[in-house]
This record gives sequence, C-alpha cells and structure tokens, in this order.
Amino acid sequence: MTIECGVFHTTYESDMGLRRLPTERIRLGLFLIFIVVFPFLATPYWLNLGNQIAIATVGAIGLNILVGYTGQISLGQGAFMAVGAYSAGLLTLRAGLPWGVSIFLACLITSAVGSFFGIPSLRLKGLYLAIATLAAQEIIEWVVTHWTAVTGGTDALVVPAPELFGLRLNTDFRFYWLAVILAGATALFTANLFRSKVGRAFVAVRDQDVAASVIGVNVFRYKLLAFATSSFFVGLAGAMIAYYRNIITWERFTLETSIIYLAMIIVGGLGTIRGSLFGAALITLLPAFISSLGRGLQDSAPAVAAQLPNIQQAAFGIVIILFLVFEPEGLSKLWRNVKDYFHVWPFAYRRGNGER
Amino acid sequence: MDAFLQLTVAGLSTGMIYALVAVGFVVIYKASDVINFAQGDLLLFGTYLIFFNIVQLGLPWTVGVVITVIIAAGIGLLIERTVLRPLIGEPVISMIMVTIGLSSVLRALTNALWGPQPRAFPPFLPGGEVSIGTATVAADRLVAIPLALGLLALLALFFRYARDGIAMRAIADDQLAALSMGISIPRVFAVAWGLSAVTAAVGGMMLGNIVGVSPSIAAVGLRVFPVVILGGLDSIGGAIVGGAIIGLLEVYTGGYIGHGLNLIVPYIVLILVLMVRPYGLFGKEVIERV
Repeated sequence: MTIECGVFHTTYESDMGLRRLPTERIRLGLFLIFIVVFPFLATPYWLNLGNQIAIATVGAIGLNILVGYTGQISLGQGAFMAVGAYSAGLLTLRAGLPWGVSIFLACLITSAVGSFFGIPSLRLKGLYLAIATLAAQEIIEWVVTHWTAVTGGTDALVVPAPELFGLRLNTDFRFYWLAVILAGATALFTANLFRSKVGRAFVAVRDQDVAASVIGVNVFRYKLLAFATSSFFVGLAGAMIAYYRNIITWERFTLETSIIYLAMIIVGGLGTIRGSLFGAALITLLPAFISSLGRGLQDSAPAVAAQLPNIQQAAFGIVIILFLVFEPEGLSKLWRNVKDYFHVWPFAYRRGNGER
Repeated sequence: MDAFLQLTVAGLSTGMIYALVAVGFVVIYKASDVINFAQGDLLLFGTYLIFFNIVQLGLPWTVGVVITVIIAAGIGLLIERTVLRPLIGEPVISMIMVTIGLSSVLRALTNALWGPQPRAFPPFLPGGEVSIGTATVAADRLVAIPLALGLLALLALFFRYARDGIAMRAIADDQLAALSMGISIPRVFAVAWGLSAVTAAVGGMMLGNIVGVSPSIAAVGLRVFPVVILGGLDSIGGAIVGGAIIGLLEVYTGGYIGHGLNLIVPYIVLILVLMVRPYGLFGKEVIERV
C-alpha cells in the first residue's frame, strides 16, 4: 500500500480503512446504487446475466484466494463447484434440510474436499500442483457420474427453489437479491481476510515461500488453509448455481468450467477482488455479446451465424492470450491506470506502482 | 489368454502414441519450462490436416504426410514467435493459461474448418488382422508400435547428435551457462515448438488411423500428463516407459474391470506418483523443500 499523493491520514481508522479516500467511498456508493437500481431497470435477459455474474464473482473470488493471493494453481475449480452443488442439492432433497443450512454445510463439505486435494501441495508447487488438481478434477468428475446411488449419475438432479420469508426465489428478480448479497458478503470477507494475519501469510507464501517459512509462517498449514478458504467460496458458488438453475447436471462442472474461472481471474487480475468481479463480468458477457451479434447476422450472413460456437470459443482463447501478452495484470490494472490518470489530473504526476 | 494378448497389443500401441505425444510435451518443457496444454489440439489439428490432404485434396499419402509435417512445424514456429516469446520469464500460471487460450483457438479453428462430426480416415497403416497363435490382433495397431518406437529413436538420435538437439539439452541443463556459450535461446525455443507440433501431428496421424478422426481425440492431450509425470518430466526414455505403463493400465482396467474406470486410473496413478516420487521414474531428482 502506498500513500496517495496529497492525502494525509491522521487516525489509524482512516489509515487502515478498506476505503480510504472520499472518492473511493463515492465510487462505492455509486456502485451500490447501481446494484440496487439495476434489477428494476434491467430486462429479464440482463437480469439473468446479472445473476450469472454474481455467482461467477463468488467463484472467481474463491479461486483468486487460492491462485491469485496464495499462488497455488488449481485446475480443480469445476470439480469443487460440483461438490458444492451436489452436496447442497442432496442435503435438501435427501436429508430435507432447509436451503440455508444445506448451502452452509455444502460449503463446509467442499472446504474439506478442497483441503484433501490440497495435501499434495505439501510437496508440489507450480506445474506439478496444477497437474495434481487436474487429476482431482477428473477423479471427482468420475465419482459424480458413477456414484449413481447418491448423485443420480449422469441424470439431472432437480432442486427446489429456495424460499425466504414465504417468498419463493424462483424468478431472476427474486434470486438476484440473494445472489448479490452472497457475492457482497464474499467480497467483504475476502477484503478483510487480506488485512488479517492469515491473509498476509497467504500473500507471503505466494511471494516467496522460503522467506515466509523463515519468518515463521507455517507454509503447509497456510497452503491448506488457503485451499479450505478458497474451496468454501467455490462450494458456495456451486450451491448458488444449484439453487439458481434448480437443476444440477455434471456437464456444468467439467474441466472447461475450471478453465473458464481461471480465465476470469487472469483477465480480471490475479490477487484482486475488483479483478474477480471484472473478470467474471467480462467472461460471462463475452459469449452473450457474441451470440447477440450472431442473432443480428442470422439473416444477412447465415454462414457466420452458423459458426457462432466456434467464434465464441476462439474469442475466449484470444482474449486470454491478448491479456497475458499485453496486460498480464488484467482489467484491474487498466482500471487503476484510469483512476491514476484522473487522480492528479491535469498533472502527469503518478502515484506509486506498489499498490494493488 | 487371447484376450490378454489383444489387450496388450492395444495397450502398447496406445501407449506408444501417448509416448510420442508426451515427448513433444517434454521437449517444450525441457527447453522452456512451459507446460503445453495445447498439445492435444495440435494433435487434433494435425489429424485433420492429413485428413484434408489425403481425402479432400486426394494427394498420395506420402506427399500428404510430408505436407502435414511441414505445416505442423510452421504452426509450432508461429505459435512460439507470436504468443510464447513475449511471455518468457512470466509466472507458471501465465504460461499455463496462454497455452489453454491457444488450445481454445486451435480447437475453434479445427471445428470451423472441418465441423464436429467424426470422419472415416483413409488407412495408410496396413489394415486387416494378424493372428498370433490363437489370438487375432488388428494389424494397424501392431504396426503402430514399431513405427512410434522408430520415431522416438530418431528423436533420441536428434538430441544426441544434432546441433540443435545438443543446444536444447544444454539449455535444459543450465540456461545461463548455455546463453554464455553463445546458444541462441529464442532459436532453441522455436525448434522445440516446431518439433513438438510435428510429433503431435504424427501421433495424431497414427491415432486417427486407429480410432478415426473426430474432435474427441484431442483428449489425448490431457492423458499425456500421467505419462510424463510417471516417466519423469525431463526424460524421453521415461516417456516411452510411462506411455507403455499407462496405455497397458488403461486397457487392462477397461477390459477386465470396466465401469469407465480406465478413464481415471491414469490420474490415480498420477496422484500416487506425485505423492511418493514427484520426479517420476526417470526424471532428474531435484530436491526442493518448502
């Protein structure tokens, strides 16, 4: 954290605050107003996208805790989401638990499963860990599709919509509030996590694990804790999908899902909460945007419209490559550039680069 | 016993193709520390290229193979120059993601050009069946084994005697020392990618010959991970042994146990190897404790 040019904090509270500048608070206020007003103005199509973005944000923040903040690569995101979704669904269907309880238990179960597959991180890092989590993805996927007695195998699992104060959250408009509150809570928790001892230990492990262990951070313990915390929110995202779609199928949680979430945090910016939101929004909106373009071309250029899935896939890959080559720090860096520019406008004086 | 022999031939032929693809993977990893998740899509692209050359253009298969190899090498070089070179020195996660992005683009390109439906492949390996004792095994699978082994031997010779091969080993050993001896790192990276794309394409040709051409064969790209980890990430001999073991294991569990267990057995082996012996059977033992 650097001190902004022209800002002088006189109390600990203002120095340690999550939002330290008046402009930051105004921006947050405007964002909150947008969040509240959005569902009243949006068409059902946009509401659906909004819900998807909220859920993806939770999953992306979860993954970012592990990959962006702690530096442990995971390709098992899809499988961990499956654990969350299936546990939540099954706890409601088979054990008859209320949805709130089953979501929470599902998060804990995913957390446990995530920590289990995090054990190899004791000995492995970087690419080896990536491959180990890839194996976790394949194994969990196989268990989900073959443990027919419990998961129903490849058949879909139908989950009832959650009910709050006698109100069924079965429309996009009603579910939106639940999704946004959960996403907000996730963001707030994570923002605070990285102001705490635990969060700083995560970052220390990422930046230089040997140095971290020298200054007294129990590296393995914090790696496992990172897997557990991350999987908790990943499981939450999975459970939200279960209750939002009301149907759970394993196709939603394949390796492709893991890759999509990794793309979100790469494009948005590793190790930032804002980046998780930006990335979730961009990667969710990109295919939607392309297919709406394609619908426009249906009559004039049917050949192009027929290639739509391929164009979406290619665009997905190209976006990842372009960001990695030209802006490895992602959208959150771009946003910071814009902010920095206006911060001291009209002067060209820039503040330090260390701030995340 | 007959079933056992058939399964063994099937397992070994699959395993040798795995080994071929795995070597392409190892070459890139050894030279530049990049994990190439696009290997399966390079293979897919190579398979469709040869399909295009032989079936759609009607070229004789010898010419078709040569053209495919040249184009594959060109694609490898192009990828290295445009995508990988700007990323030299970036963290592992960036390298992994950029190859995942590449795989997405390549797959979209393949689908756009040739569509998703499976195609019949013009066999250029001998067809029919061969009887060994009382068992009959598919001839193309039987031929694929020595063919893949021969190609792997050629690659081993390349690393042993060719100038670029030696340079590649030097860089894998110690990048800084190699650099100070006047070895051009970008050139070696380019050769590695070209070579890797070619082995993927050749593996694709053989696989396409055996199982037919369809987008699903790109999955081989993920199945080589257990192979390379088991064999050791930086060893060609390891890739051969690992390929054989994983191929046989897959086929035996598929044949004797079933339940689709053959799909995950390699990954279970992978986890066990990572827990017990992360550098694999023949990999260089680098001790790094945290």
